[in-house]
Amino acid sequence: MPGSSHGSAHADTLPAKMRAATGESVFNCYQCGKCTAGCPLAQEMDYAPNQIVRLLQLGFPELEEEALKAFSIWLCLTCETCGARCPKEVDLPRIMEYLRQESLRRGLVHPKAKDILAFHEAFLDTIRRNGRLHEVGLISQYKLKTLHLLQDVLSAPALLLRGKLKLLPHKIEGQDAISRIFERTTDHKEE
Amino acid sequence: MKVGFFPGCSLEGSSREYNESLLAIAPALGLELAEVPDWNCCGATAAHSLNHKLALALPARILALAERAGITELLVPCSACFSRLAATREQLTRDDALRGEIARIIELPFTARTKVLNVLEVLALCVKDGFAQQVRRPFAHKVACYYGCYLTRPKSIGTCARAEDPQEMDEMMKLVGAEPLDWAFKVECCGAGLSVSRTSSVAELSGRIVADAAARGAEAIIVACPMCHTNLDLRRSAIERHRQAKYALPVLYLSQVIGLALGLGERELGLHRHAVPVRLASPAPAGGEPAARPTATVSQEQEN
Repeated sequence: MPGSSHGSAHADTLPAKMRAATGESVFNCYQCGKCTAGCPLAQEMDYAPNQIVRLLQLGFPELEEEALKAFSIWLCLTCETCGARCPKEVDLPRIMEYLRQESLRRGLVHPKAKDILAFHEAFLDTIRRNGRLHEVGLISQYKLKTLHLLQDVLSAPALLLRGKLKLLPHKIEGQDAISRIFERTTDHKEE
Repeated sequence: MKVGFFPGCSLEGSSREYNESLLAIAPALGLELAEVPDWNCCGATAAHSLNHKLALALPARILALAERAGITELLVPCSACFSRLAATREQLTRDDALRGEIARIIELPFTARTKVLNVLEVLALCVKDGFAQQVRRPFAHKVACYYGCYLTRPKSIGTCARAEDPQEMDEMMKLVGAEPLDWAFKVECCGAGLSVSRTSSVAELSGRIVADAAARGAEAIIVACPMCHTNLDLRRSAIERHRQAKYALPVLYLSQVIGLALGLGERELGLHRHAVPVRLASPAPAGGEPAARPTATVSQEQEN
């Protein structure tokens, strides 16, 4: 549902681009704070969920950038509580998703989010190579990316003991098709 | 009832007991599960966080393969996978142009007609009024039914009638002889995909869930999602360190509880694969006094 945002004069603002890409408009939000009240991680965030929206509502490029640099957008668990309770039906999880991808594209990822990002990247890496998740592969990739070499990130001994860790990945037959899906979808360039 | 089956990656690895218990109870429930051939990962939180198109294409390939195999209804037992598949189907049903683009990306014809069902929807069709006759060993315990996020939210895909206080799992628990408790954390998030990259957040969020269930006198937490199980069970030591308290409260999959009620063996249902040992006191004899306090209760060590 591409929209014209608030006047075509502002078509290059972040809210306008977001609206074109997702159909979501931050101007629907009237700042009641319900999202923040229900957010399980609001306390750990640098900007509360409603403040992230506020940064985008004011029309200043430096504040838009502040939202893209926020730690909050990476802490968001996509638990959907905010979206379910929003009286204006703003799809905040979708907005957070857009902000993460834009933040990544512009190289504005918050330094504290590096482990979270490394985990997502390591996860996708094992999918690209095998088609399915390989937990042992994921953990070794993650450790290499973060250099948390000694952290027992998945209680591996407990898992091994219970017959839950497979040492070798299962490659699916359609592995080539999966690689091509990654090629066709991951080439995002700054417009 | 014959349905398609997409187990997802967790059920092949760290949550294999969920798969084992589902397959074990299926015959008694009259469920025939047809696995989607050559399925791939749904992309999970990672794809959803970093790449919107990829987060649509990976689930779309699974749905397209199901469609090709003639599957009209697909059971997706992992709530997180269910969420990704159902959301993809919902979005691509609304947007023909995008569906066409995704079909080209996955190199498969794709109409999005295969219906995606979660485990509560499918099991509720089997565990209903007449089920009591099939129960051989009533699961006579106080339970906290934990739904988490994706069985109830967002509205476009959630299937529970009451999003803030769902009852579907509670109703099934009554039919197997359990006593579902009223508690406050049924639909709170466990910390989900931050399990590895930010365990401290998970210890806080999952800790609140375990603590409330224990404080209400639950003997077990019942879940329907591998990610919830991992955070509440495998992460228990992190929770205990974080809260400075011990919780012996086990976490069982809904399918394991149904299996126990049907009289299946603990090993068959994978109970030995849990990090928190499943030791439940023997249920009280029918009509007798309630059982003494079971072993599965909280022993608060120190402060709070």
